[in-house]
Amino acid sequence: MQHDYILITLADDDEDDRLFFTDAFDELKVNTVVNTFKNGLELMDFLNHSETVLPNIIFLDLNMPILNGIECLKEIKKNDKFKDIAIAIYSTSSSEQDIENTFVLGANIYIKKPSDFNELKKILADVVIINWQYHTNGLNKDNFLLRL
Amino acid sequence: MKVYIKFDFNTVCNKILEEKLAESQIKHRNLGFGEVEFLEKVSQEKLRFFRNSLQSYGIEIVENQKAILIQKIKDAVVDLVFNEDIAINVKTSVYLAEKLELSYGHLSNLFSEVTYTSIENFIILQKIERAKQLILSNQLSLTEIAFQLNYSSVAHLSSQFKNTTGITPSAFQRIIKKRKENTSKN
Repeated sequence: MQHDYILITLADDDEDDRLFFTDAFDELKVNTVVNTFKNGLELMDFLNHSETVLPNIIFLDLNMPILNGIECLKEIKKNDKFKDIAIAIYSTSSSEQDIENTFVLGANIYIKKPSDFNELKKILADVVIINWQYHTNGLNKDNFLLRL
Repeated sequence: MKVYIKFDFNTVCNKILEEKLAESQIKHRNLGFGEVEFLEKVSQEKLRFFRNSLQSYGIEIVENQKAILIQKIKDAVVDLVFNEDIAINVKTSVYLAEKLELSYGHLSNLFSEVTYTSIENFIILQKIERAKQLILSNQLSLTEIAFQLNYSSVAHLSSQFKNTTGITPSAFQRIIKKRKENTSKN
């Protein structure tokens, strides 16, 4: 890609999942910088900090202590400052209701966490590329829904 | 015997440039600082000849041909998908090759190299994007949308929609509708 880096942020309370996630991005040929946080509150503090360079995509785990994924999603969607950021839900839940609910609340992407590392790599590559397409081709972000 | 030679790079390069432009029979104006304006439409052949003739001097055209071409491909695809007037039954590969005067193989390789995705995928993405617009406009049935976007059947459109987005057209419609209700409530 012509841009130098794609900024990625993840909030997930599971340490293994965070590691798995950053490792997968390290192995992709797309240049990314990945920031991870242990819970929603840390994420929101980061996003709200005035000197933060905002990420291109935020990945949210649903079940987190202190501030969970849904609460983060609602807060992010309320703030106009974050309107250009794509939101990906990154969860073990495959409940249809959870999925539809997060989309209705404004998530763009829903990823069911895979257990296989190669599958995760493929999914994350897809997300980054499709998101980039939306960004660079003037596609309507409001209609950007993707379930993987 | 040894002699020392002093080069004026600028003069050398401009001299070569002028010679090669004349050889390639391209009407032009040298704007200096390595910028040349072509005063006529230059065919791909002439341009290729010009580029090749400069190569052995280590001079290359850096107008980022690739990026420009990629943009042209994208524009042509979008035009094809969003413009109902372009003949429906023309094959996309033929259409692109003719419009850009380059072989489809070349276009396709270049596109994949720069964008990490294929022209085929880009076309699908655009078609699905168009389908979304049409679904949300509520004026056409899914059958009519499938026909308009040149799908062989509704099933074909639905399955490509599902493959591309992970959700069905009806779920998409429902989600966007609920979203709008939500925002109007708040």
